[in-house]
Amino acid sequence: MKVLSVMTALVIAPATACAADDPELRALREQITRLQEHYEQRISALEQRLMQAVPSPTRPSVAAQPMEEAQPAASIQPAAPRSAHGNANPNTFNPSVSLVLSGLYGNTSQDPATYRLRGFHLPADLSAGLAASRGFSLAESELGFSAQVDHLFLGQLKLALDANHQAATEEAFIQTTALPKGLTLKAGRWYSGIGYLNEQHAHAWDFVDSPLAYQAFLGRQFKNDGVQLRWLAPTDTYLELGAELGRGNNFPGTDRNQNGSGASAIFAHLGGDVGISHSWRAGLSVLSTSPRDRQWSDFDTVGNEVVNRFSGKSRLLIADGVWKWAPNGDASSTSFKLQGEYLRRTETGNLSFDTLGTSAGSSQSQLSAIQSGWYVQGIYQFAPEWHMGLRADRLNTGSVDYDTLNANLLRPQGSPTRQSLMVDFKPSEFSKLRLQLSRDRSQLGVTDHQVFLQYQMSLGAHGAHRF
Amino acid sequence: MLTSAFKTMTGLLLSAWALPSMAALQILACEPEWGALAQELGGEKVSVYVATNAFQDPHRVQAKPSLLAKARNADLLVCTGADLEIGWLPVLQQQAGNPNIQPGRPGSFEAAAFVSMLEVPASIDRSMGDIHPGGNPHIQTDPRNIARVATALAQRLASLDPANDGTYRANHQKFADRWRTAIADWEKRAAPLKGLPVVVHHRSFAYLENWLGIRAVAQIEPKPGVEPTTAHLSEVLARLQSQPAKAVVRAAYNDGRGSDWLAERAHIPAVVLPFTVGGTERAKDLFSLFDDTIHTLLTVLQRVNAS
Repeated sequence: MKVLSVMTALVIAPATACAADDPELRALREQITRLQEHYEQRISALEQRLMQAVPSPTRPSVAAQPMEEAQPAASIQPAAPRSAHGNANPNTFNPSVSLVLSGLYGNTSQDPATYRLRGFHLPADLSAGLAASRGFSLAESELGFSAQVDHLFLGQLKLALDANHQAATEEAFIQTTALPKGLTLKAGRWYSGIGYLNEQHAHAWDFVDSPLAYQAFLGRQFKNDGVQLRWLAPTDTYLELGAELGRGNNFPGTDRNQNGSGASAIFAHLGGDVGISHSWRAGLSVLSTSPRDRQWSDFDTVGNEVVNRFSGKSRLLIADGVWKWAPNGDASSTSFKLQGEYLRRTETGNLSFDTLGTSAGSSQSQLSAIQSGWYVQGIYQFAPEWHMGLRADRLNTGSVDYDTLNANLLRPQGSPTRQSLMVDFKPSEFSKLRLQLSRDRSQLGVTDHQVFLQYQMSLGAHGAHRF
Repeated sequence: MLTSAFKTMTGLLLSAWALPSMAALQILACEPEWGALAQELGGEKVSVYVATNAFQDPHRVQAKPSLLAKARNADLLVCTGADLEIGWLPVLQQQAGNPNIQPGRPGSFEAAAFVSMLEVPASIDRSMGDIHPGGNPHIQTDPRNIARVATALAQRLASLDPANDGTYRANHQKFADRWRTAIADWEKRAAPLKGLPVVVHHRSFAYLENWLGIRAVAQIEPKPGVEPTTAHLSEVLARLQSQPAKAVVRAAYNDGRGSDWLAERAHIPAVVLPFTVGGTERAKDLFSLFDDTIHTLLTVLQRVNAS
């Protein structure tokens, strides 16, 4: 039918060519040209398919076979007409599913069972969880679902399945996509927008473990249940402001049985490009929490283990920066990333000393502490599939004042440090093998030499890369 | 007195705030070819920012802060679609706080929806490399696709900015006429390229091959998006003994080492095609993009035939 109309049009067209300005005629001509183009393309597509389908006598050689097999995508098929109603697949609206599989082999010169990051008032279970694992172990597997809810919201769930048969809700949030003026509202459970690394999931890290400063001040990574509002300024330079209110039940906060919010955060991000090969982002964040009876174990001045509690205000300031370079902005073959963060925590409040009575008996005092830490890391892509990275970590136990209990409680000493070197191999965007060597001096007077071998694979939906 | 000063100040501030959107339709083009097309059709009525350049692999761009800032203010995204930008565009759409550019909205224009896709895989898994379920996304290497996209984009511009409907129509008419003439000219000039056997780096030129009847006999990449290994290159070299090619062709953003290695050993030239606007010095706009592409290929053919 179409062919017939084209032919009729072709016959008519030259006869009426004198009326070249007629808009109808022009429209008709355009239509003909389009149809012609369409058929030409289809015919040549068919020709190519025919060429591939019919074994040509000039190339039945065995040598030509593997090439055909290697490119299943080379067969040419015009796309089926895309119709919004033509698809009866009931799975069309299912959320996209992504899966991260990761495994680890660790070799440490110190016994991880005795590991404790001292002087930062970390709860015992949290501190134990930060220890490196020895031998073979399954690292965190992550299962993610995400989809657009409707024209106003999107939703996302990330479950972390750990080696001990436990599932944890890493993130489960809904987010607006329709608020105007650069506003985005998120509600549910999410990794806080403070700092640079905090929002990244473990599989996006450049090293096996998180920096010491994140471990000491955020218990690895800070997630919150609550709401987050972000505003992107209408400027050419990237400027983003954010505010969060949440339950604050994770370290440095504690769970609470109260109305209102237990943690609040504000952050500002600034970023841009320098030429076409460099881009950067810098940020400043403040996280305020109000822990109640946050318990940790420590030592008194004669070496007895004591359990203490802290209730008060905890404020964490983070300054972060990342600088990325790639020739012409194309990181296919080579690139470099420099990243660093400085964290400073101020805590003031009431101290309950020796709650179990294993030392001088329980007593009350004040705690006031200012402590800090930082890390700097550089990642160099020295070949298309290879990266190497160096990271320097340092914590300052800073000034800790136990007021009337200064004579009873051992005050933190020294500056935990760690240096790490890693090499990773990424044969594709979806798989990564990593070797990491670390010299960990985060415990006073002890050096732990660590070697890690890790794989990380992502399956399913193609995750988009954050900067 | 004070209130009037306050009013003036507020007025000034508000107008400064509103100025960028009043001036022109803000367009964020994902790739240079769509930036050039939007500029052709929009003229002075649009302000175009191009997210990537010809030396960047459009699959591997990052959602960097500068792009987020541009996405925040965009009235219209002009992108290829077909999952080409899947690694970064969703981040821009989700974090820019801009309802206009959400998928499915008029402010999100996907060029691939308006052309017939080639190389749509019948079945797919990641062992095949970076294959797109919707088909080969490098649609801009066939000028007939550009014509189709131009028609759809002109309509989109007119519907987003009805006040300038007439300008977009007129610009499109002018462009479509020039483009039709140019295609006829290119097809005439490129006639000798029919059947030309080449090795390609990536499946970047499927649509160009389809248009001009060029035959891609082998690929430098073992699989789409996977970097070549020496073993694979040796295999391709061996295959060229029985199935000779006249040139090794790559896009401006492809790493040249694989092509050069093969070209040297197979004694055929390695050529860089612009692939998009800005890919070579001569490819300054959409017209010179194809002028240069065809010129380069014809030069190679002459050189090969002469030797």
